[in-house]
Amino acid sequence: MLKDLLEKQRDAVVDRWKQLLVGTYPPETQRFLKTQKNPFANPLGNSIDEGLEGLYDNLLKDGDIEKFSEFLDRVVRIRAVQGYAPSTAVGFVFLLKEAVQEILGQAIRENRLYEELLTFEQKIDSLALLSFNIYMQCRETIFEIRTHEIRNRTSRLVERACQKYGMPQEWADTEETKA
Amino acid sequence: MELHNLSKPQDLMNIDLNKTPETPWMDTPVNFRDGTYIYPAAGKNLKRLGLPNPREWSPTDEDWKLPDNWKEIIMKGLKERLDKYRSFRLFMDICVRCGACMDKCHFFIGSGDPKNMPVLRAELLRSVYRNDFTTLGKMLGRFAGARELTVDVLKEWFYYFFQCTECRRCSVFCPYGIDTAEVTMIGRELLNLVGLNINWVMEPVANCYRFGNHLGIPPHGVKDMWEFMVDDIENITGINVNLPINKKGAEILFVTPSGDYFADPGTYTCMGYLMLFHEIGLDYTWSTYASEGGNFGLFTSHEMIKRLNAKIYAEAKRLGVKWILGGECGHMWRVIHQYMETMNGPADFLEAPVSPITGTKFENAKQSKMVHIMEFTADLIKHGKLKLDPSRNRKVRATYHDSCNPARAAGLLEEPRYVIQNVCEDFFEMPENTIREQTFCCGGGAGLGNDENLEMRMRGAFPRANALRHVQDKHDVNRLLCMCAIDRATLTALTHYWAPDVSVGGIHELVANALVMDGEQERTEDLRGEPLNEEEEE
Amino acid sequence: MNAWTSLFASLIAVIALVLVALFGVGAIGLDTLFGVVIPYIAIAVFVVGIIYRILEWAKVPVPFRIPTTCGQGKSLPWIKADNLESPYNTWGVIGRMALEVFLFRSLFRNTKAELREGPNVTYGSAKWLWLGGIAFHYAFLTIVLRHIRFFVEPIPSFVELLSSVDGFFQLLVPTVFLTDIALLAAATFLFLRRVFLPQLRYISLAADFFPLLLILGIAISGVLMRNVWKVDLLMVKQLAVGLFTLHPTVPAGISSIFYVHLFLVCVLLVYFPFSKLMHAGGVFLSPTRNTANVNRMERYVNPWNYPVKVHSYAEYEDDFREKMKEAGIPVDKE
Repeated sequence: MLKDLLEKQRDAVVDRWKQLLVGTYPPETQRFLKTQKNPFANPLGNSIDEGLEGLYDNLLKDGDIEKFSEFLDRVVRIRAVQGYAPSTAVGFVFLLKEAVQEILGQAIRENRLYEELLTFEQKIDSLALLSFNIYMQCRETIFEIRTHEIRNRTSRLVERACQKYGMPQEWADTEETKA
Repeated sequence: MELHNLSKPQDLMNIDLNKTPETPWMDTPVNFRDGTYIYPAAGKNLKRLGLPNPREWSPTDEDWKLPDNWKEIIMKGLKERLDKYRSFRLFMDICVRCGACMDKCHFFIGSGDPKNMPVLRAELLRSVYRNDFTTLGKMLGRFAGARELTVDVLKEWFYYFFQCTECRRCSVFCPYGIDTAEVTMIGRELLNLVGLNINWVMEPVANCYRFGNHLGIPPHGVKDMWEFMVDDIENITGINVNLPINKKGAEILFVTPSGDYFADPGTYTCMGYLMLFHEIGLDYTWSTYASEGGNFGLFTSHEMIKRLNAKIYAEAKRLGVKWILGGECGHMWRVIHQYMETMNGPADFLEAPVSPITGTKFENAKQSKMVHIMEFTADLIKHGKLKLDPSRNRKVRATYHDSCNPARAAGLLEEPRYVIQNVCEDFFEMPENTIREQTFCCGGGAGLGNDENLEMRMRGAFPRANALRHVQDKHDVNRLLCMCAIDRATLTALTHYWAPDVSVGGIHELVANALVMDGEQERTEDLRGEPLNEEEEE
Repeated sequence: MNAWTSLFASLIAVIALVLVALFGVGAIGLDTLFGVVIPYIAIAVFVVGIIYRILEWAKVPVPFRIPTTCGQGKSLPWIKADNLESPYNTWGVIGRMALEVFLFRSLFRNTKAELREGPNVTYGSAKWLWLGGIAFHYAFLTIVLRHIRFFVEPIPSFVELLSSVDGFFQLLVPTVFLTDIALLAAATFLFLRRVFLPQLRYISLAADFFPLLLILGIAISGVLMRNVWKVDLLMVKQLAVGLFTLHPTVPAGISSIFYVHLFLVCVLLVYFPFSKLMHAGGVFLSPTRNTANVNRMERYVNPWNYPVKVHSYAEYEDDFREKMKEAGIPVDKE
């Protein structure tokens, strides 16, 4: 059974998956992400650890969508603002296939577990779709924050000033201040 | 990204676990990507302030329209500052690159960009210093870690010195106290000499210079905003609070960041001040001329700090007050605490501050004559001068974010906590390596809190957000308290993205909610206009 | 130039220095040059260089009082202030500097992070950095003090005491000193850390590798001449006392390994004032540590404070007088 293999080799597969994901960060940073275990000193590495471990365990026990979303969110939310192309930001999900291949490839071939592998990989594909939703939601939040901020910054002022004065003269450029 | 290779996801994602040889940092130029750099200052703002090289330009342009002799200007400026600031001179010389600061910067932790390690941020400037000012650097060049100043180096400075929030967290961990904020401040001064500055700093500076506040609101507009708040307060409490403006002969001048007049949620804190001062019958005044406590000069140059800060003492003198009280703000207090008296003092025309309500002498402010509102209020509470009903804040489950400057430049740690615990029943601390002197920056200080830079801010905010989420999960925290106007704006974005359901607010908002005022009507709403109790919501 | 190039350049430089000494003394017999002339020059450069650098720093003013406060500042009488982390008087500053200089307080702060929750309590390079740093510096200090025995006769009692404590575990004859081992181990650790931590390697310059390798060279040559090739210490003392009393003599027949040791020490002395090793002096002058957090309590003068252009109230009122009057805001000039 593939499931038994995945369970038995959990740590190896998850570690490899993490390694591949951390590989998207600059090499000088990779070690920091991997070795600093304090969750508050290294929130990024910690989110990756918890996120990937959570996803993997839920894949094995067929967890529900909320659980998957929660763990995906941990990783995607930070990657959505780290300047990655969308594909790189969410593509880490597919790296699990690579990790499984590397660690369990031989065993899968020997035991001819292709069908189970196919089912497992389909789940990974669904996970990727889900992560794309989360990614888009994060990006939308970013744009939403921008508009909120602009509005908040002068909320009171605009409300009051427009109500009373319209646009005051002083706001317009004079000849001398025009660039 | 090129799509010529679709064989495997990891190829598309540029994963490389064995990136060797490393490109040395000195030879890795900056890539200006939208969302991570800040728009340059509009020419008109530089003209208003009489600053060099006003023009329209963009960091993504190849040509930054520098003056022909830009290198000479920078070198001369560097020499001058090496002779004026021992801090800067030392910090150029004594770093041993031990690495203690490497993982202490919120931008490094959140972005993973090695040039955001404090040591490397400073090395950007040190490498040029070594090249032109040290014996070994002149002799050995690259072997001594020296490199020549080129346009690419200048672009790198612009990118990374405007990616430092001058929060001083790294300085806490440095065995020699090297403070990257000092290096960044001088780096920005140098950039300013050739007209490289950001609009999010220069516009507030220009506005503050002429109008007295960052948004450039004229005096009657400012007065109007205060009256607006007075109306709101009357609706909530039934009391028409006192609003003294530019009042000569008042005992105390009150100065707070203007963000609190115009921007939610700072406005609620500002209403809190009005209510508190009314209730204790304080003889004080607001000023429209010195209507800005904040000082974006701190993010420009030492000279600009002084030019803007001068208004506070000048106004205190003109109005003939005895002493000055300052509101909840972060970088404002770096300026007030560490620079004001040296730059624009001595304020001999003022008296050593004494609380007119409790008679307490504020010994710690006897020279500068300016007291922090948190010291003032903590003293009131300690002497039992306020009637407080913390149950009115029972919906609030609070945690407290130490703002960088009050924590690491003034040591104001206990006063806010004392006040919070007296006005709010549920208070929970975030993990200890993320608060007090080790507090994580909001990611938007020092002029970085603008919209175009939002992605970078979110990266920088991540360490703070992570600690916040921890107390949100563990204790159901729903309010992030802070005493800084920049925080109140930027943490709002932070929680929106990282910890929805946590709102942000100042401390005096909660003080005013809890404050039982003489002759008030029964309160059903808090200052935000929300019902006081869950039951009433239904 | 990347870190590997820096590393190899530094290594080659140190090896070249060893060869220079071996060749100079062993092959062409320049005993006097290496035993007398170079040491005198090195000491002169060291002393003059350090004084010069410190004066250079000292003459630069400290325009502002900018302590990094790491604890509660002094405010209201009932709030306990932390005099060591946020000093409010000279004693506090002295205490804070003493903790910094003698115990590396700020580096130690790193350890706190390791003790908290998390899947497993882990080792942290930061804690090791503090330990490595402390071991390195104290071992170095002890070794320098131990060397006093070569320069004066009779040997001061504190040096004898130090040596006997240091050599307490007499496993081998002649004695292997604990501090020799500690210095070698700490310097090796600091060196390997630089080589193998990618982010640290990334920021390392030749100026970081060279002094470590030089000090390792000094330590190794010192141990070799004492424990392996057994240099005649009486002759060494004769040379050292001669140098110290300004009556230099060069006893014939001191092994070349001694001159290698001495030459590397001379290079270190000459290199010291021009390099990052000056942090030893600089730490005392650091304004974020040696100023008190009494900013609002006591006057602080900036010697170069100059007048700046400000926007006066009168100019402000001129801009807005009519509007102010209309809004009922008091004005100075009607």
